[in-house]
Amino acid sequence: MARVKREKTLGQIFMNGIVEENPILVLMIGLCPLLAVSGTANDAFGMGVATIFVLVCSNLLVSLVRNFIPPQIRIPIFIVIISSFVTVVDLTMHGFQPELYKNLGIFVPLIVVNCMILGRSEAFAFRHGPVRALVDGLGMGIGFILVITTLGAIREILGNGTITLFNTELLNLGENYKPALLFIMPPGGFLTIGFLMALKKKLSKAA
Amino acid sequence: MVHNDMNFFLIFLSAMLVNNVILIRFLSLCPFFGVSNKIETSLGMGMAVLFVMVNASMVTWLVFNFLLVPFDLQYLRTVAFILIIASLVQFTEMYVRKNFPPLYQALGIYLPLITTNCAILGVALLNVDYSLGFTKTIIFTIGSAFGFTLSIVLFASLRERIVLAPVPKAFAGYPIAFITASLMSLAFMGFSHLLGL
Repeated sequence: MARVKREKTLGQIFMNGIVEENPILVLMIGLCPLLAVSGTANDAFGMGVATIFVLVCSNLLVSLVRNFIPPQIRIPIFIVIISSFVTVVDLTMHGFQPELYKNLGIFVPLIVVNCMILGRSEAFAFRHGPVRALVDGLGMGIGFILVITTLGAIREILGNGTITLFNTELLNLGENYKPALLFIMPPGGFLTIGFLMALKKKLSKAA
Repeated sequence: MVHNDMNFFLIFLSAMLVNNVILIRFLSLCPFFGVSNKIETSLGMGMAVLFVMVNASMVTWLVFNFLLVPFDLQYLRTVAFILIIASLVQFTEMYVRKNFPPLYQALGIYLPLITTNCAILGVALLNVDYSLGFTKTIIFTIGSAFGFTLSIVLFASLRERIVLAPVPKAFAGYPIAFITASLMSLAFMGFSHLLGL
C-alpha cells in the first residue's frame, strides 16, 4: 500500500493508540498484566494507571534524549529508563496504596518487560519530538486502560456480582445473584478476552 | 505458596503443575501465543527458556543475596535484574554460538526473543520474594521451565488440530486460541490442593 508521507496531527496520534493500533486488541502486546490483574475492576484500573505513568514518562524522556543516544546501544538505555520509572511506581504504590500493591504482586516490577512500553520507545519516541511522544504515550496508555478496566469489570460482575472502582462499590447484583467463580479465576481471564476479541472482529467486519 | 521449608519434590511439583507459569500465573503469554503454531518450534522455545531461566535465576539470586542485600539496595532489584537478564541472554547467545554450534542451530533463533519473556524476570523475582535458598531456587526454576514447556507443547498440539476444525468466523485465529487456553487453564486448576499444595 503506497502511503502518503504526511505528518499526523496530534489528535490523530492520540486516537491511533485508542482505536487503530490499540495495543491489546490490534497489536496483541501487553497480554500478561492484562489477564493476570484483571480479576477486579479496581486492580485493573490501578494497573492501567501505573502503566500509563511509566509509558508517558519513558516516552517523554526517550524523546528528549534521543539525539544523545548512540543507536547501537539504544535498547539497554531504553530498558534502564523504563525500569527507573517502574521503580518509582513500585515505591510510590507500596507507600500509598499498600492493598493494591499486594494484589498486583510481582506484576508491578514486571511492567518493565511489558513489550508495549519498550515497543513505543523504539517505534515512536525515538523518532519523534517530545510533544508527539507524550501524546502517543497518552493515547496508547488510554487504549490499554480502557481494555483492561472493561475486562476487569466484566470478570468482576460475572465472578463476584459487583463492580468496584476507586475503592467504592458502583454496582451490586445483590444476594440473589449466584456468582460464576470461574470468571475471577485464571481460566475466566482467557475466556473473557477470547470473547471480547471475537466481538471486536465481528463488529469491525460489520462496519 | 512455595516456601523454603518445603522439600525438593513438592517445590518442583508446585512450580510445574499447581502454579504453572503460563496457565495459572499468566507469565510469558507472548511466546505462548506467538510460537505455538508447530510442536517443534514450541519444544525449541521450551528448551531455550529452560537454559536461560536456570542461568538467570542463579545469577540474579547471587547478585541479590551477595550484592544488593549487604549494601541495603533491595529497591534496585528491578533495574539490576532486567540488566542482568538482558546481558546474560547476549552472552549466552555468543557463548553457545562459538562453543556448541549444534545447540545454537537448535535454539539460536529463540534466544533473542527471551529477553522480553516476562517469565524469566518473573521467576527471578519470585525466588527472591519466597526467600528460597540457592538449591531450592534452582529446583523451583527447573520446575517452572518444565511447566512452561509442558503447557506450550500441549497447546501447540491442540492448535495444530484447531487449524483444521470448522470454527465460527468471528472466532477464527486468536479468539479460539484464547478459548482453548482457557480450557487448558481450567484443566490445570484441577491440580490445585494436590498433596496439600
